[in-house]
Amino acid sequence: MDDLKSKYLGLIAAAADEAAIEDVRLGALGKKGEISLKMRELGGMSPEERQVAGPALNALKDEINSALAAKKAALADTALDERLRGEWLDVTLPARGRRTGTIHPISQVTEEVTAIFADMGFAVAEGPQIDSDWYNFDALNIPGHHPARAEMDTFYMHRAEGDNRPPHVLRTHTSPVQIRTMEKHGAPIRIIAPGRVYRADYDQTHTPMFHQVEGLAIDRDISMANLKWCLEEFVKAYFEVDHVDLRFRASHFPFTEPSAEVDIRCSWEGGTLKVGEGDDWLEILGSGMVHPKVLQNAGVDPNEWQGFAFGMGIDRIAMLKYGIPDLRAFFDSDLRWLRHYGFAALDVPTLHGGLSK
Amino acid sequence: MKFTLSWLKRHLDTSATVDEIAEALTDLGLEVEGIENPLEKLRPFTIAKVKSAVQHPDADRLRVCVVETDEGEKQIVCGAPNARAGITVVLAKPGDYVPGIDVTLSVGKIRGLESHGMMASERELELSDEHDGIIELPSGEVGQSFGDWMAVNRPEKVDPVIEIAITPNRGDALGVRGIARDLAARGLGKLKPCNVAPVEASFASPLKVSIDDDTADGCQVFYGRLIRGVKNGPSPDWLQAQLRAIGLRPISFLVDVTNYFTYDQNRPLHVFDADKVKGNLRVHRAKGGERIVALDDKEYTLDAGMIAISDQTGVESIAGIMGGAVTGCTEETVNVFVESAYWDPVQIATTGRKLKIHSDARYRFERGVDPAFTPDGLEHAVRMIVDHAGGEASEVVVAGAVPNVSRAYRLDPERVQSLVGMEISESEQRQTLTALGFRLEGTLAHVPSWRSDVQGEADLVEEVARIASLTKLVGRPMARALPGVPKAILTASQVRAAAARRTAAALGYNECVTYSFIDQAAAALFGGGDDASKLENPISSDMSHMRPDLLPGLLRAAARNQARGFMDLALFEVGHAFHGGEPEEQHLQVSGILVGRTGPKDVHGGSRSVDLFDAKADAEAILAAIGAPAKAQILRNGAGWWHPGRHGQICLGPKKVLGVFGELHPRVLREMDIKGAAVAFTIWPDEVPQPKTKTATRPALIASEFQAVERDFAFVTDASVEALTLVNAAAGADKALIADVRVFDEFVGGSLGEGKKSLAITVRLQPTEGTLKEADIEAVSAKIIEKVSKATGGVLRG
Repeated sequence: MDDLKSKYLGLIAAAADEAAIEDVRLGALGKKGEISLKMRELGGMSPEERQVAGPALNALKDEINSALAAKKAALADTALDERLRGEWLDVTLPARGRRTGTIHPISQVTEEVTAIFADMGFAVAEGPQIDSDWYNFDALNIPGHHPARAEMDTFYMHRAEGDNRPPHVLRTHTSPVQIRTMEKHGAPIRIIAPGRVYRADYDQTHTPMFHQVEGLAIDRDISMANLKWCLEEFVKAYFEVDHVDLRFRASHFPFTEPSAEVDIRCSWEGGTLKVGEGDDWLEILGSGMVHPKVLQNAGVDPNEWQGFAFGMGIDRIAMLKYGIPDLRAFFDSDLRWLRHYGFAALDVPTLHGGLSK
Repeated sequence: MKFTLSWLKRHLDTSATVDEIAEALTDLGLEVEGIENPLEKLRPFTIAKVKSAVQHPDADRLRVCVVETDEGEKQIVCGAPNARAGITVVLAKPGDYVPGIDVTLSVGKIRGLESHGMMASERELELSDEHDGIIELPSGEVGQSFGDWMAVNRPEKVDPVIEIAITPNRGDALGVRGIARDLAARGLGKLKPCNVAPVEASFASPLKVSIDDDTADGCQVFYGRLIRGVKNGPSPDWLQAQLRAIGLRPISFLVDVTNYFTYDQNRPLHVFDADKVKGNLRVHRAKGGERIVALDDKEYTLDAGMIAISDQTGVESIAGIMGGAVTGCTEETVNVFVESAYWDPVQIATTGRKLKIHSDARYRFERGVDPAFTPDGLEHAVRMIVDHAGGEASEVVVAGAVPNVSRAYRLDPERVQSLVGMEISESEQRQTLTALGFRLEGTLAHVPSWRSDVQGEADLVEEVARIASLTKLVGRPMARALPGVPKAILTASQVRAAAARRTAAALGYNECVTYSFIDQAAAALFGGGDDASKLENPISSDMSHMRPDLLPGLLRAAARNQARGFMDLALFEVGHAFHGGEPEEQHLQVSGILVGRTGPKDVHGGSRSVDLFDAKADAEAILAAIGAPAKAQILRNGAGWWHPGRHGQICLGPKKVLGVFGELHPRVLREMDIKGAAVAFTIWPDEVPQPKTKTATRPALIASEFQAVERDFAFVTDASVEALTLVNAAAGADKALIADVRVFDEFVGGSLGEGKKSLAITVRLQPTEGTLKEADIEAVSAKIIEKVSKATGGVLRG
């Protein structure tokens, strides 16, 4: 039996291909194979002999089978290796093209601002971009003859002959949304209102359309000190710095009283803006306590409610944060600009994940 | 508004520096826009003395001087004729910048001799045009700063000029006195008294003034005095210097006086040459059509209702805005009629805007001039004129009466604190208001006549806060409106806009923000461009109409990029378009365009022209992202800017259009100057129905354990049969069993013959109750063929 074993293991080892292996298998384990014949002989043996020869034969059969399988696998591997040696691609060729889209900085920054104020409980309100002069001016305590009206470079809509209403305007600020939202929801209220605004001005630093975000918080005891805190928190969160100095300067807006322009401390060293350090001040927004007449015009009782409002340029804070030099380029849709200053589709700003990368 | 430090000091007794004043002004709401301080450029120069001066050996006109300086004796070669021993001079050393010659000095060699600096003339230091010789000072010690010497001895020559921005409410700060009052209230000095001893009247004015009854609301009061025998001419130096310093051109004394009080007290005045006025002056409303050549030598035509001052011959002044050229004062004027009147701000603003005149008078009257000061202003001016130019003054001529603007508001110190959020004691609040000219009577604060802007209690709060300094305000945390984790705040529509935007970017589109206005031609191509959406005063003709759709803006952007050599583009925008000129006539759109090829040509051969199925895929992906139902109809007959046969509207019923995709009309592309293929889509997110109930819970997953089977069918139909009809018919054959029907091949014409096509579909059968047997499949196949044939007339392809 040992002879058989060494014979077939030797034949298996020597087999050069699948066909030779099959020949060996038939010779050993086929119907008329040597080992098969031996197995058949078991029937003629005495029980004692069978008890010895049976297991031995079975073990031999298993061993041969395993050796056959192993050899088969080895041959297949060799054949595969042989084939792969001929399979070669230039992997330095470029990958299949895939377009990469971008989000415009205005959209990104609007979402950043929204994320911050949402955490402080501000909802997002919207309003029409073509608005009546009542909402854009009168309701905000800017009567027809007020010099502030003339200074706003307002765009007016055409009026048909015979339509004697005062012409509608392209809203010059997002402030009319204050009135419309208070009319609808009353007080208390906390909203921001981002959106497009329009002024008839075009030069190096002005475009006839730009973006503002309005803020409004009305409650029973909201003070200007709360406004300052709220803006400090905003500026820290938005510019992603730990500390910031805000300077309130008295100013005048017809719709707030008292009014303040707000500056942030910054440095311009080497042409880059750093917020929170340095000796320069940068004006970033106008704000104040909502004028009692404005509350009244929006149907909110100024004896019962008070609060603040502010307005900030979205384009402007986008330029400051991301170092974008030219406002006019925002609206030109130059593909190179969109790719360079744009944001990835999945860069959704969140407070927990960070506003910017 | 510009003023000089010395002018300010006429009204304010202060020792504050220019920097301190500037900081306080900005903080008070009178924002400093610039400071010009001549002392800055004098800073390097020191005083020196010439010890000896001898003739230069090699030059006739040069002297070699030994000069005693703070750094010891120095040799300086000088060409000035007055350079001589013993005089006190101004020294510029090597390294100093000399502004008048724009040179930084170095040690020089002049005709062989070293010169260690220069002795300056007034022109070289930009003090005057004087250049006949070097400056000789009557006093001064060697080494003393020349700037300091000037500040003490010639302050008018080194007067710092401060320019501030005045918010429209602060008419009173358009006069130097108003600025001084604010600074005094802040504690930066003491407001000086400003009294005038009126010139005694020596005769009754033959020139009288009347105000028409219908004009009394526009001109409440008119004061005037006639001065006889004045000697007009150039103004005294100090007055000329002050006017020049703030950028005004001295004209003649009489005119300069009016300009002076305009800036000094916010009191515009006018002077008539009385000899040129025919008869009396009458303040009246124009009938319309009257013409006048004003002091700016331009002719203006008055509209009916504008206020004019006329004599017998006609209009002589556009009241409160600009006087007339004919009766204006000249060097020869000897008899002058001085006008001090109070004009209604709205009247002035309206007239000024219509006539497009920007005068100092208009600017001030429309922002608020102190009506109570009208007679005082006249007396100040008459006093100055008589004191300098002589003459005798008439009795005062008055028409109308000074309007009573007295009013008072309650000061509620607690409310002030509550609004501002700052501890400001009641006594400090009262003190502030008093310093600003308010008269306190119990809790009532009477408003001074010059503060027309103070119209309520809130304005008192502002005054107190402003003077107390908002810079000192300390932030105070504001509690969340609701305790706990903040709730979601975006509306469903806002969430959709954001999702659409992010999806489009993820699909490879670059987001654009284009102007909301566009040229008429482009607007007209997209169903707009009519008068309702027209701007009355567009900034240019390519921004004349509100956009009716986002596509024209995107196509213009694409054309600009193609001009820069970027031919393949995927651009999108999320924003509002306007279907009219009323506030409610705006709607949200998401639009995208694909132009050119899918990408640059590449080694994999994957680049091809974009086609409408690219746009369809993206439109469907965005609709899916914003929660539109998966199954929608595709209808034709969209707007005219689409290719008539190659676009589809994605609809839920014929009236509910969620979006549209397709090729743009070739004519539109030509007019918009687009090269190559261009497809587009537009989605109206607000048209997508909101889910009826909002729950986060998903329905249970039904995943059958039985094997699904797929079968292919090819049908020959008329070429006009739409695939969706065929797919829907097949799917309807057994709704329980058929999980999906997909078109995988379309073949038109060829062996099928003209007008025919073959559509091949794969039907996926998903049994739920047991494994499908061949007989089951046969049965459902027969049903599919029957349904399709019925719906489309198609037959199974042999």
